[in-house]
Amino acid sequence: MSILVNKNTRVLTQGITGATGQFHTRACQEYGTQMVAGVTPGKGGTSYAGIPIFDTVEHAVKETDVNATVIYVPPPFAADAILEAADAGIPLIICITEGVPVRDMVKVKRYLAGRSSQLLGPNCPGTITPGECKIGIMPGHIHTPGHVGVVSRSGTLTYEAVDQLTRLGIGQSSCVGIGGDPVHGFEFVDVLKMFNQDAATKAVIMIGEIGGSAEEEAAIWIKDNMKKPVVGFIAGQTAPPGKRMGHAGAIISGGKGTATEKIEAMKQAGIRMASSPATIGRAMQEALANQ
Amino acid sequence: MNIHEFQAKEILRRFGVPVPRGLVASTAEEARRAATELGGATCVVKAQIHAGGRGKGGGVKVVKNAEEAAVKAREMLGKNLVTHQTGPAGREVRRVLVEEGLNIERELYLAMVLDRAQSRVSVICSSEGGVEIEEVAATHPEKILKESIDPVIGLAGFQCRRLAYALGIPTPLTNKTVAVMQGLYQAYEQCDASLAEINPLVITKEGQVIALDAKMNFDSNAFFRQKDIVALRDLNEEDPREIEASKYDLSYISLDGNIACMVNGAGLAMATMDIIKVYGGEPANFLDVGGGADKEKVAQAFRILLSDPRVRGVLINIFGGIMRCDVLAQGVVEAARELKIGVPLVVRMQGTNVEIGKKILADSGLAIISAETMSEAAEKIVQAV
Repeated sequence: MSILVNKNTRVLTQGITGATGQFHTRACQEYGTQMVAGVTPGKGGTSYAGIPIFDTVEHAVKETDVNATVIYVPPPFAADAILEAADAGIPLIICITEGVPVRDMVKVKRYLAGRSSQLLGPNCPGTITPGECKIGIMPGHIHTPGHVGVVSRSGTLTYEAVDQLTRLGIGQSSCVGIGGDPVHGFEFVDVLKMFNQDAATKAVIMIGEIGGSAEEEAAIWIKDNMKKPVVGFIAGQTAPPGKRMGHAGAIISGGKGTATEKIEAMKQAGIRMASSPATIGRAMQEALANQ
Repeated sequence: MNIHEFQAKEILRRFGVPVPRGLVASTAEEARRAATELGGATCVVKAQIHAGGRGKGGGVKVVKNAEEAAVKAREMLGKNLVTHQTGPAGREVRRVLVEEGLNIERELYLAMVLDRAQSRVSVICSSEGGVEIEEVAATHPEKILKESIDPVIGLAGFQCRRLAYALGIPTPLTNKTVAVMQGLYQAYEQCDASLAEINPLVITKEGQVIALDAKMNFDSNAFFRQKDIVALRDLNEEDPREIEASKYDLSYISLDGNIACMVNGAGLAMATMDIIKVYGGEPANFLDVGGGADKEKVAQAFRILLSDPRVRGVLINIFGGIMRCDVLAQGVVEAARELKIGVPLVVRMQGTNVEIGKKILADSGLAIISAETMSEAAEKIVQAV
């Protein structure tokens, strides 16, 4: 068991002929992921790395039995690619693209409301179930199969945490990068719910950062619902105020957004907080030992 | 990206939001001519810098005639204006906005912001205009009104009327107020803003609804389709190293410490700053070289870090996923040779091709301190500076 993806996941790459799309489609294929189709408008009928390419997502869905898609198309066209995937009814849409305008994402979220498709990202590393399926840009070799779920807003900081776990001999059930953009698909709570129900997941690492109030909302949910131990870390404890957050943006969530507030909220929820980014793995080791 | 008040007002005017008549001046003589042209009993001279709190800092002056306008403009131009948002050094005033004086009856607050929790834009308003909205939120949260905007519908008329009635706007002015709200929303949407704020929005004794001040920030992700907005960028208002970094697509933010850091990924970059602090050091900057940085980019990043005279040591922390450690190591070695780096350099790398990368560093003959883990790296650089 795992969440979101496993060995039966069959993946479409949108933007398969670009340099990024090619590189990562190849890397995921080498990891063992079933990469079954690609889409680039105008390149239909050709192929890459043995993978058939179609002009439209609709066509790709009709001809192959994809059940997930990964998007590498450039920022000006990324929102449209998400809409196309949702229109075709693909259940899991993973958008890696960094730099999608917020206005586009506000519309995408509105379009997805009430539809069956679920969105991960944009501006995220993707998701991996070690040993079974890797969709996205994370280095596969640092992961190892096991029972700790990882959910994070950050890319490389997640690799750091996963690497610490693997070195301590602690494997992962699934790792999910939800991305760092202000408007995105899966939130912490969505992923935590899945980990809570997943039999293969025994404990969870949650890595947040400054800005917004997603960590506080997750902390409230964890306090009331989570049956498994959670280890947390918040990046940006030394970040200056005002650099990334507009003043009026902070107000709308009731003045939330600093690392101090997030850490406090998470501690209140019973989450074991790592005081340094270098001790996330060790904190999980202790949490598992105390079980 | 921020813009000046006079630029924001120009945008608002285009979207049908009334703003005071005004002229921009960069010399005292221009300010005198502007005041003469505007006429009227009073004028206001306003320093144009990218920071709030200008009134308290002495950057907004009411004058009675053209001569006074010239005097006040001369006092402001070329001087550094210090406000609670500028830091102690302040910002140099290069232009002033000379505006007609208004007979103010009431001051309100109006803004468009992104509500992240809802994934929608919200309109926020308050009867308490002219003071900072954070202050109102802290003391009178009940005086802040919000409406969430459906992106398909836009800001609906009924939502604006609901806000106008709640604000106690006199009935004859309801439609004018609704037009200002919808104009501000259109400006926010069509310009890909991340903040559009009118504080204060004033009601005059003559029954006008006018934006007395205006502030707009923009979503840099949308610059590819906002050429007119990008043209409003004022490089004088930005940190020179941040400008230099943006040329190479590097994300750099200047801080107050003396340990420079170069990291890939924003989360790991913040975490690296944090761990420097855990070991008692102070980071000099935030620098994310991005996921796929090449040799050239690493070298440029290095140059920018070392151009800060306060820097006493450099910490490089790279978790190579897409980025290969051997490429990083080559970039570091070449840049360190070329720039003749004179401060301690600690390199910690993990991930793809890490062994080849380590060998390149070791064989370079340079005095590079290598570290296995983040904590070891932080400890070593703090000791070395």
